[in-house]
Amino acid sequence: MTERGDGVEGMPDPVTKQLTTLRVNGETHTVAAEPHHTLLEVLREELGLTGTKHGCELGECGACTVLVDGVPLLSCLTLPAQVRGMEVTTVEGLADGPRLHPLQTAFAEEGAAQCGYCTPGMLMAAKALLDANPQPTLEDMQQAIAGNLCRCTGYTAIYEAIAKAASGGGAGAQPLRRTGAGRASASHT
Amino acid sequence: MSEFSVVGRRLPKVNSWAHLTGTAKYADDIALPRMLYARLLRSPHAHARVRSIDTSAAERHPGVVAVVTGRDMPEKMGIMPSTQDETALAVDRVRYVGEAVAGIAATSEDAAFEALSLIRVDYEPLEPILTIEEALEREDVKIHDEAARANVFKEVHLSFGDLDAGFASADHLRDDWYFFEGNTHAAIESHSAVASYDGDGKLTLWTSTQVPHYLHRELEKVLGIPRTRIRVIATPNGGAFGGKSDPFAHEFAASLLSMRTKRPVKLTLDREEVFYAHRGRHPVKMRLRAGVKKDGEFTAAHLQTWLDGGAYASYGIATTYYTGALLTVTYRIPAYKFDGVRVYTNKPPCGPKRGHGTTQPRWAFECTVDKIASDLGLDPLEYRRYILQPPNSRTVNGLRITTMGLGECLDAVGRATGFSRTHRKLARGKGIGIAGSAYISGAGLPIYWNAMPHSGAVVKIDRGGGVTVYCGTSEIGQGSDQMLATVTAEALGVLPEDVHVVSGDTSLAPVDLGSYSSRVTFMAGNATMEAACKLRDQLLSVAAEALAVPVERMTAALRRVYDSAEPAKGMSFVEAANLAEARYGTLSAAGSYTPPKGIGGDYKGAGVGPTPAYSYQAAVAEVTVDLDTGVLTVDRVVTAHDCGRALSPVNVEGQIEGSAYMGYGEISGEEQVFRGGLHKKPSLLEYKIPTSLDTPKLEAIIVETVDAEGPFGGKEAGEGPLNPVIPAIANAVFDAIGVRFDETPITADKVLDALGKRDNRGVPKDRIGPSGLAEPKRDPGGAKRRLGFSTEAREQRISRVTGVETATGATGPGPEPGEPGSGSR
Repeated sequence: MTERGDGVEGMPDPVTKQLTTLRVNGETHTVAAEPHHTLLEVLREELGLTGTKHGCELGECGACTVLVDGVPLLSCLTLPAQVRGMEVTTVEGLADGPRLHPLQTAFAEEGAAQCGYCTPGMLMAAKALLDANPQPTLEDMQQAIAGNLCRCTGYTAIYEAIAKAASGGGAGAQPLRRTGAGRASASHT
Repeated sequence: MSEFSVVGRRLPKVNSWAHLTGTAKYADDIALPRMLYARLLRSPHAHARVRSIDTSAAERHPGVVAVVTGRDMPEKMGIMPSTQDETALAVDRVRYVGEAVAGIAATSEDAAFEALSLIRVDYEPLEPILTIEEALEREDVKIHDEAARANVFKEVHLSFGDLDAGFASADHLRDDWYFFEGNTHAAIESHSAVASYDGDGKLTLWTSTQVPHYLHRELEKVLGIPRTRIRVIATPNGGAFGGKSDPFAHEFAASLLSMRTKRPVKLTLDREEVFYAHRGRHPVKMRLRAGVKKDGEFTAAHLQTWLDGGAYASYGIATTYYTGALLTVTYRIPAYKFDGVRVYTNKPPCGPKRGHGTTQPRWAFECTVDKIASDLGLDPLEYRRYILQPPNSRTVNGLRITTMGLGECLDAVGRATGFSRTHRKLARGKGIGIAGSAYISGAGLPIYWNAMPHSGAVVKIDRGGGVTVYCGTSEIGQGSDQMLATVTAEALGVLPEDVHVVSGDTSLAPVDLGSYSSRVTFMAGNATMEAACKLRDQLLSVAAEALAVPVERMTAALRRVYDSAEPAKGMSFVEAANLAEARYGTLSAAGSYTPPKGIGGDYKGAGVGPTPAYSYQAAVAEVTVDLDTGVLTVDRVVTAHDCGRALSPVNVEGQIEGSAYMGYGEISGEEQVFRGGLHKKPSLLEYKIPTSLDTPKLEAIIVETVDAEGPFGGKEAGEGPLNPVIPAIANAVFDAIGVRFDETPITADKVLDALGKRDNRGVPKDRIGPSGLAEPKRDPGGAKRRLGFSTEAREQRISRVTGVETATGATGPGPEPGEPGSGSR
């Protein structure tokens, strides 16, 4: 565009794809990818694992969260070379075969996924929390998902779902909502 | 036991499983064979003439397959047929930083991105208009030549009842100025579209849109191919909130690039582009005059609004009317005058965001109501209850009100929080506030004039008992697919999991006008119910005959069709369906919905405001204001919402909580603000949407009024609950520190300013906010200097928007300050 306006053109330095071997969801994959492409891009574009989302690709929103050796990591700020030899888990690897993870069931029952776009990242952050701390308090949950932005729910249903999925119902499973006057009704017919 | 088997039950959404296993296909998740990747070049200027565009170097760049510019699609377009002032890509003028001027398709996104910097645009910078006041005054700078006066896009004046007599009979008058800052949707999914023009000459566009039908019409117009050869498929939206309800540059560019290359083309916006695509909440200045009797009863109200519309119309004509139309539906107002003006400015266009145009005046009005209560020594909850507009009534501006649960909502939030016991009794720094509000269950009129239904649905039953519902609604996370499944399942006597939902597809599903104005539950719900009930009648009649039971006694629920007097006597749903198919042939039925006539006035401008049913809501907010740092913490928000009947309670609660969350964000700090036309904070690090650590404790209370015209009594739930939260928080801040914030957002620096702690002059204030329209800045020389303004920071900002790596570095010295036309090297 004009701010540049110099019309410099020609071949950019050719980027050679490099072979990388990744462990993802218990499977080993060797992919050829440009070395500057992120783990997010390789998961989505080379491995077809589009369950992992992108909301900013700048490490701001948390939608791309995956687990690397059980630790939540922003795949948009991670290069595949950094996770060589480590186990990457994405939302596609959360269920145990046909058996859904308790978090998935609880998210469905509590309405913790509205548009569903932050959900894969949210689930991975929540899984890391429960794996490390099976009885999280509300504060634990707030801290654990603080890097995962959700624009739909106000997080309330997400806390309820995590608490429900926590073993024994979760020590932090104090009622969070629906504690008010409940339903009121009126007749104007 | 409930009279319903599905409605009102806490069931998971039918599309939950795809969301939770990562298999839901959003637009950017689509990959097609031979697919190309496209990017858009965007303007670095807020206002400039485009003298020429040279794409030849970009076209020669390795990997580039096609380039399109505005001249390839010069047809005017826009969401509202009466105010079409946009083109798909800028043709000869750019009107905001970030406006798209060209698109490139290449074999990789990297190649497309690199090639952007090879397009040479010759711009002649023009003076930008950046404020409401400048826009009103400056006849010499026209953003759109068609504007009759200065840069006024639309001006409306409406008056109802005897205003002068109303004000004359008032015992107490208020005259307040307000300013509501603009903000944006910030859905986590950025806009994305995939276009595929096949060998058979048909275009399919998968896109994250709320309005597939309206987009279908605009694609025909702009691309010049008949709608019969275009199919729009609304992919699941990763959040929308109004931000995906205009036709966008990337949708047209992807389509044309696909037509040119005969290959699929994907175009996904990055986060910064989303901030410039915008179409969000209008900044609105307001003046609200109110007259009341000694007991607080309104005698008259006069609202004036000035909307900063940004560079194009978008839904602006509707937004302008909406700032005035709904003020009357909550409390009795016998005389009402509304004057609204929307202006063009050289900023990204504003449009509809959750609560479309009603959020800003509702905040102002509920603050005024709180001030009146305070002036007259009334309890703000009891006062609102005293002046309620009654159910089954007409407002002074002709709006028909049916069910009206605002009183119950106020009572519910009052009970849940002990409002009246605590209000005005908390320690300094702690506060509690209340507000009420209303919203529509869909606009009474479509955006283009026609006599056809607003929503259509087809329901079909297959021989295995599976049911499919086809409806043009767009699933944006609000739960419209679940609503369609719930209504269909309840009407036919199956379970939601038995229902396949085909939505948002212009080829497969009947037209629904779209997921905007909270219209889907009421309108698509009624259309679906009509279709499903036709099939239900067929099932009941064949089953009644086979069982020798009077048809009036037959019912259907939970996959059985049976005698309600003797439930053991019956048959399975599949058996009934097979009998019915044998009798009637293929089991398929259509339904449609058109709002009733006579629900609004008959004056010019009466088209905006009417709805088949208003929703009502109330909120109480509890806040803490830190008197040393000025930080506002909202501790708790309790919101009650009258949704008619909660078809899916989990969804309704989710909408209430999500609305409260978004309202909290709007008053606590979100702002779409600009410096010289550049967005000050176009990223999620800078534009802070609340995280889990910021968000208050949110509680949702469902109030049911069972609307006689709604599907199973339902009304909207998606937008209204945002509206009371913002004024409830503002009123709570007043309760905490005695300061009226007549301006949003309430940031720590403003609080410190009010407390007299921002500087060492230390004069406390009792209000923060405007006191009129500001004098426009009239300094053409300064404007010219601003135009030539060039720092590294600005260039970097530009580069992030436009995809140019460095502007000054590549070409030697940058332009000198004060050198107009420096952008046109």
